Amino acid sequence: MSLNMTTRQVGDVTVIDASGRITLGEGSSAFRDMVRDLASQGHKKLLLNLGDVSYIDSSGIGEMVSGFTTVTNHGGMLKLLGLNKRVKDLLQITKLYTVFEVFDDEAEGVRSFQ
Amino acid sequence: MAPQDHTAAAGTGSSEHLLDSTLETIDTAEALVTEAAQRLGIDEDDIPGLGMAIRECVANAVVHGNRYSTKKKVYLKVWVGERSLEVLVGDEGDGFAVTDVPDPLAEENLMKQSGRGILLIRAFVDEFVVRKREPQGTEVRLVKHLPQ
Repeated sequence: MSLNMTTRQVGDVTVIDASGRITLGEGSSAFRDMVRDLASQGHKKLLLNLGDVSYIDSSGIGEMVSGFTTVTNHGGMLKLLGLNKRVKDLLQITKLYTVFEVFDDEAEGVRSFQ
Repeated sequence: MAPQDHTAAAGTGSSEHLLDSTLETIDTAEALVTEAAQRLGIDEDDIPGLGMAIRECVANAVVHGNRYSTKKKVYLKVWVGERSLEVLVGDEGDGFAVTDVPDPLAEENLMKQSGRGILLIRAFVDEFVVRKREPQGTEVRLVKHLPQ
């Protein structure tokens, strides 16, 4: 299953709803393109909803880190929402829990930007 | 080369595969190893992690080893033993030393885009060995044991 992504606005927060797999190839490049486009369009509060993402590999993790840096360099913030256990484990293993703010509840994630 | 199956006792045995240096090979390898892991009876909760380890190994072989060359193949061998699963992944690249890979958990590397593959492989298998492949390339051996 490839990666599908849509965006929606919740106030001034842009929520990216992702589903599928963020893996080497189309999945990770589609993710990279979307985050770069949003950052360059001036979206500064990005909440990446990974609730329906079943699988992320090291390439996908790399793109998430790169996306975090891109958004930060544009003066914005990229936060994560709805990680399943497997993705949480990956963030623990890679120590990226210390980098990303992670939320289980969307409303809480949205409020965190205020 | 067509896959060669060497099946012994029920469930045990090995198979060998010579695969193209494409991203599709990553899916193929994961599917073959997942099937073998299920046959061995590895816990369903451990199979996605094992699958990830295989994907990272084969991605390294395709991308960094063979550099997507149509002239180079990825060699995959899967053994199912009585209580363990062993996988060999070989490429025909220039080789690399694991010790040359920077620690992805070091503060200065945490925000780097790449370099986490070996960390993830080690996290999900019981044994991980990298060695030079003759006459050319790298061979990675992964082992996953059933719990005692």
